[in-house]
Amino acid sequence: MERILDVKNLEIDFKTYAGTVHAIRNVDFHLNKGETLAIVGESGSGKSVTVRTLMGLLASNAKVVGGTVDFEGKDIVKMSEKELTNLRGNDIAMIFQDPMTSLDPTMTIGKQVAEPLRLHTKISEKAALAEAVRVLELVGITNAKARLKDYPHQFSGGQRQRIVIAIAIINNPKILIADEPTTALDVTIQAQILELLKEVQEKIDTSIIFITHDLGVVAGIADRVAVMYAGKIIEYGQVDEIFYNAQHPYTWGLLEAMPTLETKSDRLYAIPGTPPNLIDPPVGDAFAARNEFALAIDLQQEPPFFQVSPTHAAATWLLDPQAPKVTLPPEIQRRHQVWEEKFANKGVNA
Amino acid sequence: MADAKLSPDLFKRVTVDSTEKEKITTPALTFTQDAMRRLRQNKVAVVSLWIIIIIAIISIVTIFITPADPNKGNLAYTNLPPKIANWNIPGFNGYQDGINKYAGLGKNVWFLLGTDYLGRDLLSRIFVGTRVSLIIALVATLFDLTIGVSYGIISGWIGGRVDTVMQRIIEIVSSVPNLVVAILMLLVFKPGMTSIILAIGLTGWITMARLIRAQTLQLRDQEFILAAKTVGETGPKIAWRHLVPNLSSIIIIQTMFTIPTAIFFEAFLSYIGIGLPAPTASLGTLLSDGQKALQTQPYQLIYPAIVIVVLMLAFNLLADGLRDAFDPKSQR
Amino acid sequence: MIKYILKRVGYLILTLFLVASITFFLMKLLPGTPFNNPKLPPDQIVALKAQYGLDKPVWQQYLSYMLGLLHGDMGMSFQFSGQSVSYLIMSRIGPSLQLGLQAMILGTLLGILLGAVAAIRKNTWVDSVATIFAILGRSIPNFVFAALLQFFLAYKLRLFPIALWDGFSSSILPTIALAMAPLANTARFMRTEMVDVLNSDYIELARSKGETRWQTVANHALRNSMIPIVTIIGPMAVDLMVGSLVVENVFAIPGIGEQFVKSITTNDYPVIMGLTIMYSFMLTVVILIVDILYGIIDPRIRLNEEAN
Repeated sequence: MERILDVKNLEIDFKTYAGTVHAIRNVDFHLNKGETLAIVGESGSGKSVTVRTLMGLLASNAKVVGGTVDFEGKDIVKMSEKELTNLRGNDIAMIFQDPMTSLDPTMTIGKQVAEPLRLHTKISEKAALAEAVRVLELVGITNAKARLKDYPHQFSGGQRQRIVIAIAIINNPKILIADEPTTALDVTIQAQILELLKEVQEKIDTSIIFITHDLGVVAGIADRVAVMYAGKIIEYGQVDEIFYNAQHPYTWGLLEAMPTLETKSDRLYAIPGTPPNLIDPPVGDAFAARNEFALAIDLQQEPPFFQVSPTHAAATWLLDPQAPKVTLPPEIQRRHQVWEEKFANKGVNA
Repeated sequence: MADAKLSPDLFKRVTVDSTEKEKITTPALTFTQDAMRRLRQNKVAVVSLWIIIIIAIISIVTIFITPADPNKGNLAYTNLPPKIANWNIPGFNGYQDGINKYAGLGKNVWFLLGTDYLGRDLLSRIFVGTRVSLIIALVATLFDLTIGVSYGIISGWIGGRVDTVMQRIIEIVSSVPNLVVAILMLLVFKPGMTSIILAIGLTGWITMARLIRAQTLQLRDQEFILAAKTVGETGPKIAWRHLVPNLSSIIIIQTMFTIPTAIFFEAFLSYIGIGLPAPTASLGTLLSDGQKALQTQPYQLIYPAIVIVVLMLAFNLLADGLRDAFDPKSQR
Repeated sequence: MIKYILKRVGYLILTLFLVASITFFLMKLLPGTPFNNPKLPPDQIVALKAQYGLDKPVWQQYLSYMLGLLHGDMGMSFQFSGQSVSYLIMSRIGPSLQLGLQAMILGTLLGILLGAVAAIRKNTWVDSVATIFAILGRSIPNFVFAALLQFFLAYKLRLFPIALWDGFSSSILPTIALAMAPLANTARFMRTEMVDVLNSDYIELARSKGETRWQTVANHALRNSMIPIVTIIGPMAVDLMVGSLVVENVFAIPGIGEQFVKSITTNDYPVIMGLTIMYSFMLTVVILIVDILYGIIDPRIRLNEEAN
C-alpha cells in the first residue's frame, strides 16, 4: 500500500499561564492512499491537535518541538505560511464538528462553497458557482442552483454539514480530515453523513482521516484505527484487529464502554478516573493510574510498541514475554473469541 | 522491543488506588475567589484600585485639615501661579510669563497649585472639590443601583404584561437624553447637593435596569432555578438566594461604570452653571472657573482637569478589570 | 415589516405626546417667570402675561400648546420677543446636525478601524495603545477636551479658528471634541465583537480553505463584526446630543445645544420645552431607523421576517 502521509515522532507543546502543556508526546502514524484511518480517543487526548498540525492550523501558543509530517516529499512542519496557504483547501481539506457554527452566517452558501475554488485556481465567479452547484448536488443538496443565494440558517443541521463537506471536496483534496463530523448531529443524520463520506471518498478518490470518540462510528467507516491517549498513540491496527483482538487495556475500556446488543451486563461501563495532567506527565505509562491491569513497570517505564501482527501493534507491557497472563474482562473475552473463530486462521487483509 | 535485562519483579500486578485517580490536584476555588485571583493579576486594575483608595483617603483626611481654607479668599493673593516653598522648579516657582507674581508677599507665602481669582488656595479647593464630587457620585450611584436593580429584577422575574409595561416606560423615559432630564429636574429643584444627587440618580438607573432585566430573564429560565422551585423554594427566597449572587457581578461592574458617569454629570452641570452654587468647590465648578481663566492662568483648569481625568480613568479601568475578572470567557 | 414600522411610528407619537405633556407640566411647576423683573411696572407684566397666554387656566394652556404642537407651533420665546420657538430651533438646527453627523461619521469610522486593529493584533502593543486611546476617550470629559483643544490648537498654535461658525474649518475642532466619546465606545465594542468573531468556527473553516489571516478578516470577520455596531448608534446619538451642549458652548457655535444652555440661564421656558421635545423626537427617530436598519442588514433577521 502506498503511503500518502507519514507522521513521525511528533511532539507539540502549548504555552499556558499554568505552565507548558506537553499535548502531543511522540506520535507516529501513517495514512495509506485511498483508505480511511480513524483516530479514536477521549477529549483532551490530542486528536484534534494532531490533525490541525497537518494543516498548520495550530493556535498561536502551540509549538511543534519535534518530529516530521511527510506529505508528498515535503515536511509540513517546516513549511512556510505561503506554502501552507496553498496546501489548505487544496491538497488537504477539513470538515469540522459543529455545522451550526462552521459557516459564515452572513454569506450566501454559494459563495462559501465556491471560495476554495476561487482561492486556488484562476476561475471566473460564474464558473466557480457552476462548480459549486455540481458539488452541492454531489453531497445531496437538492435544488442546489436555486439555493445558491440562500444563507446557512435556512438549512438544517444535516444539510449544513453536507455543505461543509461540499466546501472541503470542491478542489478534490488528496487528504480529507474529518474532525468529529457527526458528533453534533442526530443519530439518523449521523448515518447519512457517514454514508455520504464513503460515497465521496470513492467518487473523488481521496484518503480520509476520521477523528471520533465514538467507536460505534468507527466500525461503520474505518479501514484502520489508531487509539490515542494522553498525547500518544497507544494501539493501532486494522479495524477488525482493534475490535476483536485489542491488546491494550485502554482499548479494552473503550470497547467495554460501547454497549452492543450482545452486552450482557445491566450497568453501563465507564473507565474510572480522568486523563492525566500533561503539564507534568506521569512517569511511565500515562494510563497506569486508571489501569486495573497495571504492572509495577508501568509506573516506571513507558511501554514500547509490541507488534501483534504486521499491521497491528500496542504499547502495553502486558505484551512483554515476561508479563503475567491476565483474565480478560468478559466483553473482551467474547470479542477475542470472535477473533479466533472468524479471523485468526484466515489471515487479515493486508 | 523490551529490554531482556528487565527484572521479573517489575512484571508483578499492582493495584492503583482508585481514589487517587479521582483526586483533583489544584485546590478548589469559589467563583469569587477565582475572580479575585484573576483581578489581582490585572496590574492596571490593581493600580487603579489603589489610586481610588488613595484619593478616597485623602478626601476623608482633608475633612479635618487642609493647607488653607478653601472658601476664604484673600484678595491680596489673587491668581497666583503654583509655587513650592522657595524652590526654583519650573512651573512651580511662582513665575508667570517671566514675572514673579509673589513679589512682595512675604517669604512664607506659597501655594502648591496656586490660587484662583478670589485668592483661594487651589490645592485645598481641589481636595474639597474632589470629595464633593465623589460623595455626589457615590450617593447618586447608590440611588441608581437600588432603583435600577429592583426595577430590573421585578420586570424580568414577573415577566408578561408587567414586564411589557415596565419596558415601555423605560423606552419613553429614555427617549429624552438623560442630561436633558437632569437639567429639567434641576430647574425645578433648587440647585444644591441634594438636587444634583436626585437628578443624577433618577436618570442613570435605566442602563442598570436593562442589564438586570436581561440577565434575570436569562437566569429565570435556567435549570437551577427550576430545580429550586421543584424543591419547594418560593419566589422571593429564590430571588435572594439564587438570583442576586448571579447578578452580583453585573451589579458591581455596572456600578463601577456608573460612578465616572455620575462624576462627569456633576462636573458638567456645575460647568454650565446649574449645579452647585458658588462658593462651593466641586470638580465641575473648578473646571468652570478654570476655563474662564484659561488664556491667562491655564493652571487653574489643568490641575482640576488632571484630577477628574485620573478619577474617571481609574474607575473605568477598574470596571474593565472587574468585567474581565468575572467573565473569563470575555477573551482579553 | 410594514406592520412593524407602523407600530413603531405609533409608539413614537405616543412617546412624544407623553414627553411634551410632562415637560409642559414641569415647566408650569417652575418658580418664577422672566417677568419677575422688579423693574417692570405691574401693568406691563399683566400685558406680557396676556401676550403669552399665561393668564389663562392651566388646562387651557395645555390644550392650546398641544394643538399648536400638531402644527409645529411651539409658542413664543420669552427671551427673544417676537420670535417663535420653532423659528429659533429651525434656524439653529443646521450647525448642530452638521456637527453631529460629522462627529458620528468620524467617530464610527475611526472607531471601527481602531477596534479591528486592536482585535487582530490582540495582546500586542498595538492592542494596548488602541485600548488606552479608547479608554482615554471615555475618561476625559468632553468639555475638558474641548477646552484643551481650543487652548492648544487654536489659541497657542493658531492652527484652527478659536470659535464661531465660519465655514468648514470652524467645524474641525468641535467635531474632534465631539467624536471622542463615539470613537472610544465604537472602538471598544468593535474590538470585543471582532475578538469573538475571530475565535469562531467559521473563521477556522475559512483558514482551512486556504485563506490568509487578512483574507479571513476582509471576507468574513469585518462584515460579521460590524453588523452589531448598528445597535450602539442609538446610545451614540444620545452621547452626541449631550456632548453638543458642551462643545457648542465652548466653541460658541450657533446650534441648538448652545441655545439650550442659554435658555436655561434665562428661564426661557417655551424654548426649553421646545428643545426637549425636539431632542426626544430626534432620538426616537434615530432609534426607529436603527431598528429597521438592523433588520435589513442581518440576513438572519431579514429572511425570518419575510418567511413569517
